[in-house]
Amino acid sequence: MASAVIRLPPEQLDRALAHYRAAVAAKRARTALGLTILAAALVLAGIAGEVDLQKFLANIHRLPAYVWNLIPALSWQTLDADIAEWFWDIKGWLSLLPDTLLIAYVGTLMGVAGAFVLCFFASANLEKRNWVRIASRRFLEFCRTVPELVFALLFVIAFGLGAMPGVLALAIHTFGALGKLFAEVVENIDMNPVEGATATGASRVASIRFAVLPQVISNFASYALLRFEINVRSAAVMGFVGAGGIGHDLMVAIRKFYYTDVSAILTLIIATVMIIDLVTERLRHWLIGWEQRT
Amino acid sequence: MNALREAVLADDDALRRRYPEVFDPHIMRSALAAILVAGMLALAVFGFWRLDFSLARFGSGLAQIAHIVTSMWPPSPGTQLPVFLHALAETLAIALIGTLTGAALAFPLGLLAAKNVIPNVFAHFAVRRLLDTVRGVDVLIWALIFINVVGLGPFAGILAIAVSDMGSFGKLFSEAIENSDRKPVEGVVSTGASPLHAVRFGLVPQVFPVMASQVLYYFESNTRSATIIGIVGAGGIGLHLTEQIRVLDWNKVAFLVLMILVTVAVIDWISSRLRFAMISRSVVVVS
Repeated sequence: MASAVIRLPPEQLDRALAHYRAAVAAKRARTALGLTILAAALVLAGIAGEVDLQKFLANIHRLPAYVWNLIPALSWQTLDADIAEWFWDIKGWLSLLPDTLLIAYVGTLMGVAGAFVLCFFASANLEKRNWVRIASRRFLEFCRTVPELVFALLFVIAFGLGAMPGVLALAIHTFGALGKLFAEVVENIDMNPVEGATATGASRVASIRFAVLPQVISNFASYALLRFEINVRSAAVMGFVGAGGIGHDLMVAIRKFYYTDVSAILTLIIATVMIIDLVTERLRHWLIGWEQRT
Repeated sequence: MNALREAVLADDDALRRRYPEVFDPHIMRSALAAILVAGMLALAVFGFWRLDFSLARFGSGLAQIAHIVTSMWPPSPGTQLPVFLHALAETLAIALIGTLTGAALAFPLGLLAAKNVIPNVFAHFAVRRLLDTVRGVDVLIWALIFINVVGLGPFAGILAIAVSDMGSFGKLFSEAIENSDRKPVEGVVSTGASPLHAVRFGLVPQVFPVMASQVLYYFESNTRSATIIGIVGAGGIGLHLTEQIRVLDWNKVAFLVLMILVTVAVIDWISSRLRFAMISRSVVVVS
């Protein structure tokens, strides 16, 4: 099998080469410009953020030392006693963990309830009055942009220390975040069933119940579960500002350098978060499957 | 319309026979749904009881909030505007450096955690569990830990965001890499390139736009995180926010919250424009 490489005439080749070089040079110039801007931003940020590499290098050995201190003294012979000593306050922590989960649960549920009501007013296909839609969207945006810990700080002052401000802060943030997601789900539905329901003379609530809800309910549940996962993590730190849960014990342990307490509480939190993630992931897959079956 | 209704009603029995599932909803399924809802409500009521909710407390708290909101007007920085602006710059700096450092740390980990780059099961299993553990710890907890290591200040915040982002980016990057097309890599390898060349010229051009857009997205969300890590003392505007809330100076609190909202909105706008510009050139689709 003979093959021949087609050679272009020299002048055509030169033109093509020049064109190629110009294109590559333009691309390189753009990359260089981007990198320069990024480098300048980084230098400025380094000055504003008081980055001190010398201090960092002088202190970096403390990090492995810190992690080393977190590891409890366990020996194989006295493993039971060592673990019992590591988790010395297991009863107290194990009563705080369900509280943390309850904070996440109640906060999520309240947020979901609010988002469920408002999302129908924030979706373009079901709410034709512009001002209602825009007002509800701006309200949701406000609720999710203010960090939940800021709400928690305010509520601790208004409602007093305890789990209640934590729950309310989580509820407001969940409301803002889920309201937006729910409204997007509602905007993606098939409008034919809604028209069908309206044509039979159904009221607004009835058409939402029988034409919209069956299309969106599994998506709503899946988003709510995802939010619950996120809220479990947030609930674990609500105690930092006095808003209940295991966070307060963790903060005290870190602040007072009770190393093994820190690792014990962190182990409990990470284990809980992983279990919750696993369970909700199963549930969400089941929900998706259920949606496809029906 | 009435004629149609009459016709349908006359044929009612036939309709019922033809669509039994519409007229006789599955009794088990309705019962299951009812039990589920009742269980969820019962748990919520238990939660209200266990977490010391009371209407009296709720009412007095609402009155307090109304008082706070009215005394927030007008928002004003007092004489501390330069201090607040500096803290805001610090917040943005923490978010930027933290995100980029996290991405830089996560890139090699993302390669290690991707099944198609490192075929060794143990390697990517170990890296993934490490990333899971890092992600299981909230950024505020990392901030507290790094305060113990490098002292109070924005540097602790940078390190906290970098480490917690490393966990998230590692996972996202490895997923982007696993979704990439094998053919460019095979093409590069077939020219006799080393494995590193294959990654650089076969893989990176495919996944870079996706990664860059994820980094931008995290920069957005880290601007929010950076506003709160000051609450535990890791630099940024959160420190001032906590202080002003503690001394009940509501005008300044309102001003600080407005500053945060405006900054977050501006960053969101810039980064979403950049992200759309980048993702439109990308090859790999990440769901």
